[in-house]
Amino acid sequence: MSVHKPSPHDAAALHVTGQARYVDDIPLPGNAVHLAFGLSSIARGRITAMALDKVRQAPGVIAVLTAADLPGANDVSPSIHDEPLLSDGDVHYAGQPLFLVVADSHLAARKAARLGEVTYEEEPPVLTIEDALEKDWRFEDGPRIYTKGDVDAALAAAPHRLSGRIEMGGQEHFYLEGQAALALPQEGGDMVVHSSTQHPTEIQHKVADALNMPMHAVRVETRRMGGGFGGKESQGNALAVACAVAAQLTGRPAKMRYDRDDDMTITGKRHDFRIDYTVGHDAEGRILAVDFTQYTRCGWAQDLSLPVADRAMLHADNAYLLPNARITSHRLRTNMASATAFRGFGGPQGMVGIERVMDHLAHDLGIDPVELRRRNYYRAAPLAETGKPETTPPTPGNKLDPGDVASRGATQVSSGLGAAKRFGGEFSPAQPAEDSNTTPYHMEVTDFILHEMTDSLLERADYASRKAAITEWNASNDRLKKGIAFSPVKFGISFTLTHLNQAGALVHVYQDGSVHMNHGGTEMGQGLFQKVAQVAASRFGLPLDAIKITATDTGKVPNTSATAASSGSDLNGMAVKAACDTIRDRMAECLAELHQVQPAEVVFAEGEVRVGTEVMPFARAAQIAYENRVSLSATGFYKTPEVAWDRIAGKGRPFFYFAYGAAITEVVIDTLTGENRILRTDILHDAGASLNPALDIRQVEGGYVQGAGWLTTEELWWDDAGHLRTHAPSTYKIPACSDRPDIFNVALWEGENRAETIYRSKAVGEPPFMLGISAHLALSDACAACGPAFPDLQAPATAEEVLRAVKRAQA
Amino acid sequence: MTQVSMTVNGKPVSGEVEGRTLLADYLREDLRLTGTHIGCDTSQCGACVVHVNGKAVKACTMFAAEAEGAEVTTIEGMANPDGSLNTIQQAFQDHHGLQCGFCTPGMVMSAAALLEENPKPTEAEIRDYLEGNICRCTGYHNIVKAIMAASGQDVSAIAAE
Ligand code: FES
Ligand code: FES
Repeated sequence: MSVHKPSPHDAAALHVTGQARYVDDIPLPGNAVHLAFGLSSIARGRITAMALDKVRQAPGVIAVLTAADLPGANDVSPSIHDEPLLSDGDVHYAGQPLFLVVADSHLAARKAARLGEVTYEEEPPVLTIEDALEKDWRFEDGPRIYTKGDVDAALAAAPHRLSGRIEMGGQEHFYLEGQAALALPQEGGDMVVHSSTQHPTEIQHKVADALNMPMHAVRVETRRMGGGFGGKESQGNALAVACAVAAQLTGRPAKMRYDRDDDMTITGKRHDFRIDYTVGHDAEGRILAVDFTQYTRCGWAQDLSLPVADRAMLHADNAYLLPNARITSHRLRTNMASATAFRGFGGPQGMVGIERVMDHLAHDLGIDPVELRRRNYYRAAPLAETGKPETTPPTPGNKLDPGDVASRGATQVSSGLGAAKRFGGEFSPAQPAEDSNTTPYHMEVTDFILHEMTDSLLERADYASRKAAITEWNASNDRLKKGIAFSPVKFGISFTLTHLNQAGALVHVYQDGSVHMNHGGTEMGQGLFQKVAQVAASRFGLPLDAIKITATDTGKVPNTSATAASSGSDLNGMAVKAACDTIRDRMAECLAELHQVQPAEVVFAEGEVRVGTEVMPFARAAQIAYENRVSLSATGFYKTPEVAWDRIAGKGRPFFYFAYGAAITEVVIDTLTGENRILRTDILHDAGASLNPALDIRQVEGGYVQGAGWLTTEELWWDDAGHLRTHAPSTYKIPACSDRPDIFNVALWEGENRAETIYRSKAVGEPPFMLGISAHLALSDACAACGPAFPDLQAPATAEEVLRAVKRAQA
Repeated sequence: MTQVSMTVNGKPVSGEVEGRTLLADYLREDLRLTGTHIGCDTSQCGACVVHVNGKAVKACTMFAAEAEGAEVTTIEGMANPDGSLNTIQQAFQDHHGLQCGFCTPGMVMSAAALLEENPKPTEAEIRDYLEGNICRCTGYHNIVKAIMAASGQDVSAIAAE
């Protein structure tokens, strides 16, 4: 079987020889045009005049477009149509695209784009949480609130109480390949678009609207991205639409790529958050009630902010059973680039809140932070019999705004409402008793394995003796201080917008026995294509090289969901499996009949097909099937069972299952400069029965480093006028090779998914990102070694912030 | 326009370029050698590293005209003459030193230059040398490991496997 094996990335050989093609590498016909946006220089106001003659006269310029010149919808929003491709007169952030330059080279377009003379009627930008709250600039009518139990009563009754606040910054994706798109005009006005996108269907839909054409006239292809991390779920819309419009206008192929500074200025980032907490607890550190208020700056447009903020609420518990909990979430509108999806999708921010609470409690009570966490864990769930999961009866959802049904931005009380009607109705699951193992959104946790994982990790990492050694070391060192911290991860897997949990596949077997595989997932480096190809190879009993991996293509598999929410291999693996099984069953039936055996006696293994006593190569079997007029092409489809969620009420089962992980990080800080290093990291991560342990471990390593980067060196900084001043790697510090831990031990937990997923594996894209929280906690621990007070370390813990925290600890 | 001629991957090439044409653009646009990637346009990410007269250079930092008469090697010229992967390339594949692959050409070129200078680097020396090469996906662990392996050193001792 090909699954569960550590095969290298499918395109590794192409990558190391420079042959792997990204959008910008696709050979262009000589007459191609290149595009650049002219950007706003202010954060808020109205355009009073736009003089573009100099732009038009610049060398190489073919056309200059403003909103009035667009043939169709001026809209690149993935949610509520509040994001024009080109400004309609209002300016909402510094760096907003105002006009589009079409030129004969990338450089000519960029140079000309600087020549626009725009005059504005400026207004003071809304940039801070306070400002947005005061003006009531928010998305949705008011704060969203999820509640479990009677929080006020429980807080009042609690023997002890604790309050605090943590602020955490956003994060630039810095996918190494910047945003890029290419549109190739076809006969009859059709359009082929190559886009570096996680969501080809969304690109297809947006391009069709912009051209006033049905979706069938647009085909989108994505072979690979040079990194995505969520930054290519919706942020590629503008480039693809601009290219399609320019291609239609000029009849020539049109390409656009943002240079890095433009990319960082124009596109959205991870949401920054402020979380206020009040906790009621007992003397042993058991939480009795918690009240969280989350504030996030969403930027100027809604984009995917609602589901991001929802997911932050859904991870406010992380691994802890909170008997009474209230989570209040404010989604604030500000004059900044529109914050968007980023690995974890709000989950990390929610988790940082509760992990901070744990640390604060442990510090105040003088209890070991690991012990305190364990006291608050969800209860271990007994292993249920692995039967067939019940499938939920289909329930009609409300009619959606047809605009954006395929996007996570489509949160207009969508299918969740239809599904959620079941609660309290005929199909209602029994309401769990108050003391049961439920989350603040009333979902029973039935697969909790962190007790065992924690034991195992503490032992592997030799936590107890290292902690003691660090305490001793700190006692004899004044300038340098070490810190060590543990943090667990429990991350919910599924799209919270229920109807997105579906996937399609298309598989062909050719008469020579080679297999063409296609599905709706996109490859951004995570190894999805290889993992799904391993599934196909296993179903046919073929070696991996018999399976041709092909580019994601809306013409082959339609109506796909974004490759996001870590769901890529769960969904597409199942869809491909279904398609392969259909073909395999047809072949088996044909061969069985020819050989007068039962279809069940036809076995596909090791590149061969055994029919009763006869053995033939797979290729021969395919040929026989073809000659007997058996269809060797099939589609496959999958929808995740059991999920049903009402995001307004905050009740239901948004997740099919949880993925778990745990990390221990050790750091050292310089108390005079705030400089710091990660010395050692130990990780134990749960990928179920991993489809490919090598690729999964790589996701864990990369996710951890990216997560630690978010909370340490990566600082986004806007000036008072709303200009992002950290718009290049010179000023925005992502982890470099020397920043990774000196000692880095990563292991996968041996287990299998209790939920019936593809070969019992678990999703692994996002969960390890949150292991990086342990780095922040370790820094806080080191700061705490400097004095008696709680260091109250904020994020990112830059050297300056570490220094401030040291001072606070000493105070 | 200026006339330039140089040797790229062993083949003589020549052409007309504007004085301001960067070597990276000349390689990508004029010679269609698109394995040299542009990750930042500002000499910071290392995705565009090539060798000029045997030295690792960020091709977005140098004008094409400055490479007049030089021997340039790009990622496309790194495989063995029979087309098989060279030791470093093979090590990146075997040790999973890549995910999205966008940084990989630059990493391989930097690694080759390092091993030329220092055939048996320590882990710390590798990390130090790669300071100018950013990777957003891998967390670097397997990149370092691949380079250690390519230099013929034992990597079983490097943890996380
Ligand atoms: S593109 Fe040359 S260093 Fe980034
Ligand atoms: S593999 Fe993606 S940037 Fe290095």
